[in-house]
Amino acid sequence: MPDWSLVSLSVLFGLTARWAVSLNSYSGAGKAPMFGDYEAQRHWQEVTYNLPVEEWYFNTSDNNLLYWGLDYPPLTAYHSLLCAHIAQLINPDWISLHTSRGYESISHKLYMRATVVAADLIVYIPAVLLYSLYFSEGSSKKKVSTMLCMLLYPGLILIDYGHFHVCFPQHWNTYNCVSLGFALWGVLGLALGWDLCGSLAFCLALNYKQMELYHALPFFCYLLGKCTRKGLTGKGLTHLLKIAGTVAASFVLCWLPFLADPAQALQVLRRLFPVDRGLFEDKVANTWCSLSVLVKVKNLLLPQTQLKLSFAATLLAVLPSCIKLFVHPSVRGFKLALVTCSLGFFLFSFQVHEKSILLAALPVCLLISEIPFISTWFLQVTTFSMLPLLLKDGLLLPYIVTSLAFLLISITLLSALEQTSEEDLKLKQLFTRRRKHMPRFNAPLLAKSGYVLSVLCMAVLSFLSAALSPPARLPDLFPVAISLFSYVHFVGFLIYFNTIHLTEISSKKTQKKTS
Amino acid sequence: MAALTAVSWCWFLTLAIGLSLLKCLLITTYHSTDFEVHRNWLAITHSLPVSQWYYEATSEWTLDYPPLFAWFEYGLSHIAKYFDKEMLVIQHLNHASPATVLFQRLSVILTDIVFIYAVRECCRCVNGRKESKELLKEPAFILAVLLLWNFGLLIIDHIHFQYNGFLFGFLLLSVARLLQNRHLEGALAFAVLLNLKHIYLYVAPAYGIYLLRSYCFTKSAPDGSVKWSSFSFTRLVALGTIVCSVFAVSFGPFIAMGQLPQVLSRLFPFKRGLCHAYWAPNFWALYNAVDKALSILGLKLKLLDADGASKASMTGGLVQEFRHTVLPSVSPLTTFICTLVSIIPAVLCLWRKPQGPRGFLRCLIICALGSFMFGWHVHEKAILIAILPLSLMAVDNRRDAGIFIILTTTGHLSLFPLIFTAPEQPIKILLMLLFTIYSLASLQRLFRKEGSLLSWLEAVYLTGLVPLEVFCEVVYPLTSWQQTLPFLPLLLTSVYCALGVTYSFFKLYLSMLTEPEGMQKRKDQ
Repeated sequence: MPDWSLVSLSVLFGLTARWAVSLNSYSGAGKAPMFGDYEAQRHWQEVTYNLPVEEWYFNTSDNNLLYWGLDYPPLTAYHSLLCAHIAQLINPDWISLHTSRGYESISHKLYMRATVVAADLIVYIPAVLLYSLYFSEGSSKKKVSTMLCMLLYPGLILIDYGHFHVCFPQHWNTYNCVSLGFALWGVLGLALGWDLCGSLAFCLALNYKQMELYHALPFFCYLLGKCTRKGLTGKGLTHLLKIAGTVAASFVLCWLPFLADPAQALQVLRRLFPVDRGLFEDKVANTWCSLSVLVKVKNLLLPQTQLKLSFAATLLAVLPSCIKLFVHPSVRGFKLALVTCSLGFFLFSFQVHEKSILLAALPVCLLISEIPFISTWFLQVTTFSMLPLLLKDGLLLPYIVTSLAFLLISITLLSALEQTSEEDLKLKQLFTRRRKHMPRFNAPLLAKSGYVLSVLCMAVLSFLSAALSPPARLPDLFPVAISLFSYVHFVGFLIYFNTIHLTEISSKKTQKKTS
Repeated sequence: MAALTAVSWCWFLTLAIGLSLLKCLLITTYHSTDFEVHRNWLAITHSLPVSQWYYEATSEWTLDYPPLFAWFEYGLSHIAKYFDKEMLVIQHLNHASPATVLFQRLSVILTDIVFIYAVRECCRCVNGRKESKELLKEPAFILAVLLLWNFGLLIIDHIHFQYNGFLFGFLLLSVARLLQNRHLEGALAFAVLLNLKHIYLYVAPAYGIYLLRSYCFTKSAPDGSVKWSSFSFTRLVALGTIVCSVFAVSFGPFIAMGQLPQVLSRLFPFKRGLCHAYWAPNFWALYNAVDKALSILGLKLKLLDADGASKASMTGGLVQEFRHTVLPSVSPLTTFICTLVSIIPAVLCLWRKPQGPRGFLRCLIICALGSFMFGWHVHEKAILIAILPLSLMAVDNRRDAGIFIILTTTGHLSLFPLIFTAPEQPIKILLMLLFTIYSLASLQRLFRKEGSLLSWLEAVYLTGLVPLEVFCEVVYPLTSWQQTLPFLPLLLTSVYCALGVTYSFFKLYLSMLTEPEGMQKRKDQ
């Protein structure tokens, strides 16, 4: 079969899964007024369409910031404005000022879903297509398999298409495909050697969602490292200046309406980084939440100290990988650093939400063809870690189905379970060097049994939290168990990815020596 | 060889499991009134004694499938009570609690195991090509995808709601058994199928003639005609015993209770119109369209009386009884004769020169298509009876692959009006694209050496479906025709598709009548 047909089939599969998942959340409609992300998205369209730019981020008589106030960077606001203009053409009631609050109808829901699909089709899917066809390893069939796996990653589908109406405040929303897609375009640009385009794309990502800061350090270190390689006085300096110019220009462009008045820009920044929300919310699989089972850090320390503590811990976690990348900038190292940094941020930074794990999942998706075993394992755990959230949305069925489908294709198409040798896990270098100090063990068997055990545990925990009600004394038993379980995995993965990143280049050197 | 089968099992299982997962995602989608029909049957069989099954008429959706299907519903109802007991009460019309939906949908997904098994058996009958090492080019693989992922079956069973997968499982199983020369098992499967849903009576002539000719007569004369002396009476008795005992189990109790006339009157209601509310793309759709065109022409040229050409027929189809204004009206008897005339040459050909199981398969498809073309009150869904068996032939030779492409694309597109709710539109279009692109690409690849599958005219015709669909779904709702000509999109779709179906019917017939030469050529090689 020619390649194009397989490629188009994979894209169609991805779209089918997306739309089918989105249909699943219709069941609960009409029972309670929908508030939460759905209403937030709609409200932003209402605000951006009806109010002048100066009022978007300010509390005015027409813009009550306590009611789903805009708390994303300008690009999100512009996107809302664009959607609002289209909505105006279809049905002005959807976005009329004040009166449209809590608006809900089948056709409006369809419209909102359609905007997500459109954004996905324009930004995320083409980036995945290009990446998997040109930068993943293996034969053409393998590349298509990689693409299918990336497109069918359950976490992103469930959050973007399933999660639309939940009643609790949070610092995240749908359209993750847009910011992640722009970040992916950034990676593509850097991988192609088009540093300017790459940094432009990443600036767009940053200006769409401030959480993209999780990915900022690797971009920065890679580009800086590349410039120093070229020599900081000659070629490197001009290159650095060009990049800096691009970044500055793209930021100015995005923030243009807010730059006239410094008060405006400051207000936007204040809206973007509300530090008064606390160390963590809900049950999230990071250090602070897991630690709270033993020590209640949240109550022991002052908020300011908490902030400093988390900052220091995050810095420590991401530093080794960043230094390594700065010294040896390579595309592979860049991808690994993206994983370790975003995972480090997720585990240690301040005010993390469960869904932030998607930021770590994206770079792991990029490694899926190189290290299929670990990558698919990690991606399974990320989806699992969001289970409590998905259960609140009534997304149990799509969660089970998409996770099983992902497991199925990762085992059959990528043959993830067969790629467990030391070589496949990129650990050979480490093991051969340390062989004397380590007892001999069967790595593939160990890895495989660990994987099977972990998947079984996930299945059991999923079943328990869906089917049983927790004992009265411990109402949060299952969410805590899930987050602890995921936390242990994430720490393990952080260590693993750091190890292979830090041992990587030296292995190439030895290869050269031996050859 | 053992290793090879293990590998092939693996891909087959992957396909089947992947498909079942997709079906699970569709659980919460729109379901038609057929959902209530089957819920009602669950309630009837669960709460009433057998003697009442075919008399109960609380709901308008009375039991109108043969007894074995009623027993099937009876069996299901014993699992249903663990999900939601309320669905088993006859008076609870339109009961569709989440548990009921889950149970009914899961029952369809799980009974599809019969279908999956049958597809597996069919794939075994396909001889692999030695030169291809790649799995994607393997005919068995392509066949498995074409059958399992069939677009029509997916949307009819898992969105619209019916148990066709389960039923087609029996049909394909019996076909596979006949292809494997296990005639008695094939006959058994088909007899069971007939007692599950009587629509398959349409293809019964092919079965009857083939079994009689190729099983009861053990030998053929050298020129391929019947050798009367080779008739085996024991084989006929064995065959008869099997078939009759299935019917006895199914209809026996009702005959004993003296209810046979009542059961039959439920099974064959002749009160319905020539065409279904939405015209299936068959000969009568073309006939109606010509009639309408002539009547409009007549009015324009003042040849017809304006009052005589009834206004009602302009909205046609919405009205069950379609009155023809220019051409003569059609009675059930006419359609019956037309159907018979259309299938007799094929059956005769099967009798004269059986050409093995492949000839039988071709005859079966012609019977299905013939009755689809000329039958009384045909549902658009009935096209699947031809499409699914045709998949088996499509991977076998190029000519049939071309017919398959035309028939499936038009037949599937004509199923579009079944799913009309807005949220399901993207799914419908995506699944259709998936299936069509796959079948085109894979079959073209399979017969790459033998040239293109479609002539340029056929390609143009099929491409024309895209603007047609765009017009019906996007342009038409924006025009003022929506008020004046409400039936226009359905009419256009069904007439346009009818052309393709008719064309493939004739092409298939032609291939049946000219097949012997092809067979001889192959033998010569």
